[in-house]
Amino acid sequence: MTESIPLQQTIAVKADHLYKAFGRRPHEIVKKLKAGKNRTEISSLGVAAVIDASFEVKKGEIFVVMGLSGSGKSTLIRMLNGLWDTTSGTVTVGGTDITDVSAKELRGVRRKSISMVFQHFALLPHRTVIDNVAYGLEIQGMGRAERLAKAQTIINLVGLAGWADSLPSELSGGMQQRVGLGRALAADTDVLLMDEAFSALDPLIRREMQEQLIELQAALGKTIIFITHDLNEAMFLGDRIAVMRDGRIVQIGTPEEILTDPANDYVAQFVQDVDRARVLTAASVMEPVRAVITKTAGPRAALRTMRDLQTSVVFVLNRDRSFAGIVRDHDVLKMVKTGDADLRTIIRDDATPVAPDTALVDLVEPSVGSDLPIAVVDSKNRLLGVIPRVTLLAAIGNVTTSTDELPVIDPPATISVNVMTDILRDTALEGAEA
Amino acid sequence: MNDFRIPLGTLIESFIEWITVTFGVVFDFIRLIVDGAFEGVAFVLVEPPFYVIIVIAAAIGFAVRGWKFAVGTVVGLGLILGVNQWENAMATLALVLVASLIAIGLSVPLGILAAKSSLASQIIRPILDFLQTMPAFVYLVPALILFRVGEVPGIVATIIFALAPGVRLTELGIRGVDKEVVEAGQAFGASPWRILRQIQLPLATPTIMAGINQVIMLALSMVVIAGMVGAGALGGEIVAALSRLDVALGFEAGFAVVILAIFLDRVTAALGNGNTPLGRLLATRKASRHTMDSAAQPTNLPEPALV
Repeated sequence: MTESIPLQQTIAVKADHLYKAFGRRPHEIVKKLKAGKNRTEISSLGVAAVIDASFEVKKGEIFVVMGLSGSGKSTLIRMLNGLWDTTSGTVTVGGTDITDVSAKELRGVRRKSISMVFQHFALLPHRTVIDNVAYGLEIQGMGRAERLAKAQTIINLVGLAGWADSLPSELSGGMQQRVGLGRALAADTDVLLMDEAFSALDPLIRREMQEQLIELQAALGKTIIFITHDLNEAMFLGDRIAVMRDGRIVQIGTPEEILTDPANDYVAQFVQDVDRARVLTAASVMEPVRAVITKTAGPRAALRTMRDLQTSVVFVLNRDRSFAGIVRDHDVLKMVKTGDADLRTIIRDDATPVAPDTALVDLVEPSVGSDLPIAVVDSKNRLLGVIPRVTLLAAIGNVTTSTDELPVIDPPATISVNVMTDILRDTALEGAEA
Repeated sequence: MNDFRIPLGTLIESFIEWITVTFGVVFDFIRLIVDGAFEGVAFVLVEPPFYVIIVIAAAIGFAVRGWKFAVGTVVGLGLILGVNQWENAMATLALVLVASLIAIGLSVPLGILAAKSSLASQIIRPILDFLQTMPAFVYLVPALILFRVGEVPGIVATIIFALAPGVRLTELGIRGVDKEVVEAGQAFGASPWRILRQIQLPLATPTIMAGINQVIMLALSMVVIAGMVGAGALGGEIVAALSRLDVALGFEAGFAVVILAIFLDRVTAALGNGNTPLGRLLATRKASRHTMDSAAQPTNLPEPALV
């Protein structure tokens, strides 16, 4: 298991052109599928559960396989640890091709490299919580005292301290799944398969478990392959998501890619119900800043920009392009009238900048509290873009805005163009006389 | 009308004859073993004074069901003693125990095999159908020829008759174990043997015990029939009562059978539920020891043997 070449070390699980067909002659079904027939054309021969699935899961990644029931996701996950053999194609776990090993070697891979959490928990009902958690270690051949000690730390880790000697039947669903998760974690494998692990839990508990899973993953660095039919769950958990339909993987991508750039109508239809505000980030919806000047440009330049763009606010940058703040039209107008040239005195900092990876849901409150577009800045405080209210609403509501042609300028001008033009002309004349 | 006749009976007869001649040694050996087992168990049950047996039976009754059942056991066995059928009843009990143990020893592994392999299941099922539907008397004839008069042909016929529910319910129980739990065993790398021992058998225990219970009940019902081939005991008494039209003797022996039946049924049924006073006692002891040493020092905790 250690002889994998360095390039492969970042790949925990690899599926290569996987097929799984059920029926009297599965290989014939696969042959026909490879020749280009579709699922309904071979239905007289049997069922093609998984068709040509290929993907790579990186170490430490949460890879979600999402699809409705019957899409083949459960079959797919069971091929990844060899519970079901593949009809065609290979699965590589930690550098070992598990489609081509003896039953004994396969058991070895399962003990050391890949464990599983089940939809209906699949705990051993006649064993106590601690014995369930220690089950994987017991199979690995660890001595009783050692494995119970290790199981106890895992029990504390998953939040079941004090329940070690209870039977699974005495626990609630959420707690039972914690045991299931603990059992998989205790086995200390690099890869965790989770088959609809939270689907049987009620929504509040599910959310709690999802959050805990992300915490555990961050702490332990496991590679997790998570199966679900719940798109919100997929979007919340997944670093990358594979969307399955009718046995095929129709798209693989980050949650944002899937949401903003669905591969086909099916995915688009599927993602329309997603809680977009939690998935999309500031960076994915922000727009280029147009009303922007550098600090040294002076109030006349600011006023001209405002007039040209019909807005009442201009974003001001420092010389190193970092975000300085904003100036408002009334202040600028006053300054132009008095002939003062230093913008710094009127720069306001009421546009609180946000980071590009902020979820849209966290932008709603600042957007409501101010008439300004939200400024998006990177770690070096450089202004990357702005999010006007309209854009935020459009993104959350999944409405396409034609922002490319008609820039959304927010907030609108409060002083009429003529007034601004007059003042600019007058002051320009004064400047010439002086 | 017509002389034509399919010689099915003659064929089987000559087959039995051929078996008798060819495998005579084997059947003699089986006879020796079964007879030895019966004599041994009968010795243990008949030889001690009756009150020892009653106390032991009452203790078993108390352990699996509680004090009410223990009292009932004492009263029932007392009645058997009172109608002077004690030795016959103990011989019958020995017969049933030996036949049941052998039947269970055959049927549980067969059931496991049938559960593991669909091919085995397809072969075993029609054989069981045959064994179960063939009138029990029919087994007596070849059994008599193969094992000669005495307890052995009775026990063998009983085993064949009582086998089926044990196999069926074992298969049903193992196949009925939650697929996901079995998958869990596989997913963590457990061997098939380990999955059978640690997951399938424990979870199938209630169903398997129901099968064992049925095996024992069927064995008891065969005892009377076995009496006809010289197995003696209560069956012999009933056969004698029938031939002499002795109503009194018939009912006395019959009640003894009923009492034994109730005792065996309730005990095995309680074991199947796993919810016995003894089981609870073991469970609490295990739990308390668990918390006491809390994984600090290695201990070999005994698994509860009964549940």
